[in-house]
Parts: sequence; structure tokens; C-alpha cells
Amino acid sequence: MLKKNVENKYWVKNFLYLFFFLIIIWLALTSTFQWEELIVGILISFLLALFLNKNYLKLGFPPLSIKRIAVSIVYFIVLFFEIIKANFDVAYRVIHPKMPIKPGIVVIKTGLKQDIAKMILANSITLTPGTFTLDIIEDKLLIHWINVKTEGLEEATKIIGERFEKYLKVIFA
Amino acid sequence: MELFGMIITGIGTIFLLIGNLGILRLPDVYNRIQAGTKCTTLGAFLTIIGVGIIQPAWFWKCLLIALFVLVTNPISSHAIARGSHKSGVPMCDRSVVDKSKEFEEYKATKATIKIVAFKEKK
Amino acid sequence: MSETIILIFSAIIALGIFLSFLRMLLGPTASDRAVAVDTITTTVVALLVLLGFVFKRYVYLDVSLVYSVLAFVGLVALARFLEKGI
Repeated sequence: MLKKNVENKYWVKNFLYLFFFLIIIWLALTSTFQWEELIVGILISFLLALFLNKNYLKLGFPPLSIKRIAVSIVYFIVLFFEIIKANFDVAYRVIHPKMPIKPGIVVIKTGLKQDIAKMILANSITLTPGTFTLDIIEDKLLIHWINVKTEGLEEATKIIGERFEKYLKVIFA
Repeated sequence: MELFGMIITGIGTIFLLIGNLGILRLPDVYNRIQAGTKCTTLGAFLTIIGVGIIQPAWFWKCLLIALFVLVTNPISSHAIARGSHKSGVPMCDRSVVDKSKEFEEYKATKATIKIVAFKEKK
Repeated sequence: MSETIILIFSAIIALGIFLSFLRMLLGPTASDRAVAVDTITTTVVALLVLLGFVFKRYVYLDVSLVYSVLAFVGLVALARFLEKGI
């Protein structure tokens, strides 16, 4: 079993990335640098990385690389500004005495293939101004929109989905 | 540094209050989920990070809790919204469009516009 | 000094929890109550961290982490129940 996996060319690289990721989580959880704790953490991270690595590529994650991590960081910064905009938007609608809402359910389509990518897109849409995802059916997303601007498929896709999809397409190329 | 953390915690607190006010004020389930998800996610994130900045020894654990909230909160509200839409909870009478009838899964649901009145019944 | 200000912030958050609690009591359908519970759990996670700072107890952070995990699992189970029954 192990020998067959080693032949996969991504195996060693993935293993190292996972190992360092788990060690960072361990350090965040314990918040100490005593050597007993460090040794236990390294052991546990090693074993977990060994077990998780087998299922990692099956889940639909792409193999890790420096470029993908950099694009992900840019993506998170963009997402954070969108979240702040969304909050001021919702706060305005809630506090305004007449509540300027015009809700409705529209459909958009996505070009992403993997389930994980669709999940990240749906979560991002949930956190951005005025929209959240009701359901994912094949390559269509059902969106509840608090202030419907357009009902067409293409226009709605352009307004809601485009700004995240261009980053996600690079990450999950 | 402490003042900076205080300001961040204060902003987060105000967003949490607005989110909870939105839960009380907005007319139907879907709009309530909008307010509940967005405001409480950013509010909880900023509040927890602010405590981490005031007390630097706690920072990493606070960051872990904040990231966990940021990842799981949209998923749980998405699950609740999907469940309530499939079980036929109606939308409020201000709604303008419902395109979900195009799909097979939603043909059977009873959810249509203009059932619930905008004012709450006493 | 900073403890006092954080305590005032906790009072504001507690007021918010009260508002959601009203929705949980009033809510016309089961979904409204579920949404209110979802909001209350997220708010309580933030409140626990603030109280941990006021009382200088590190354990409260662990409590809030475990609470958020359990609330997530419970709400997903509740959503399955709303969809088609267990």
C-alpha cells in the first residue's frame, strides 16, 4: 500500500506541507515551546500526516505548491474586504426604519469542477454583500438575494460569481 | 496595543448586536439568515481577535477559534436554509422572484411568494 | 480598567442574545427558531472569550472551542431533521 503511494510524484511534497501545517496547528493549540510538548506534537503530526495523505488527493484538493498558496492568500484578502462591505450593507438595511429589501431567489452557474471548489465558492458567496447560497445542483447555484438587481442567468453570474471564480480557477486549475 | 484591541473588540460587539437585531426585525426566514450569518460571523471574528490582541499570550488560540467560526458558520446556516426551503417555509410578500421551480428537486415544495404577511400576528 | 470596558461590551452582547431569544420564543415556524439558535450559539462563543478575559481564566477558551464544535454538529443534525425528518 505504502509503496504504491510513494510512486505518486506528489506524495513526498504533499506529506511535507501537511506535516508543517499540522505542527503549526499544534503550536497554536498548546502555545508553549517546552521540548516534551514539541516532541509529542512532532510525533502526532507525523502519524496524522501519514494517514491523511492517503485520502488527501481523493478529496479533490489540488497538489500543494507555492503559487497556489500565494493566490490563496490574495483570495483571502479580497474575501475579507468583501465581508466588511457586506456587513455595512446588512447593517444599513437592518437599521433603516423602512428596511429597503427586495428579496428573491435567482440561479447562477459556475465553471468549477471539484466539489471542494464549489463548496468554497458557496461559502464565499454566503459571506459577501446581500447574497447567500441555498443549494448546489450540478453546476447551478441557487442564490437568495436580498436586493434583486437582475433576474437573468448571465447577468446574475457576472455580478455575483465572477470576482471569486477567477481566483478559484487558478487555485484549482 | 491595548487601545487597538479595545477598538476592534468594540466594533465586533456592535456588529454582533446589529446581527441579533436583524434576527428580530427582518420579515422572513431567508432574510433573517442573511443578517444572522454575515453580521455574527464578522462580529465574533473581530471580538475574539480583539481579545487576542489585548492579551498577546492568548493570540494563537483566539485565532484558531476565530478561523473555526469563520469556516463553520456559513455551512450551518446554509444547511438550515436548504432544509427550510425544501420543507416549504414561505417567503415574505415583498419577494419579487423565485427561480427554484425550474429544478426537479423543488417541484414538490409548497414554498411560494405571498403567503406570509409582512407584519407579525399578535 | 480594561476589564471594566470589556465587561460593558459583554453586557451589550448579552442584550443581543436577549433579542434573538425573543425571536426564538415568537418565531412562527420551526426554521425561525433554528436560525435564532444558530445566531445565539455564535454570539455565546464570543461572549465566553470575553468573560474568560474578564475573569482571567484560560480554560474559557477551551470551553468556547468545544462549544462551537458541538453547536456546529448539532445544527447540521437539526437541519437534516428540518429537511425530511430523521
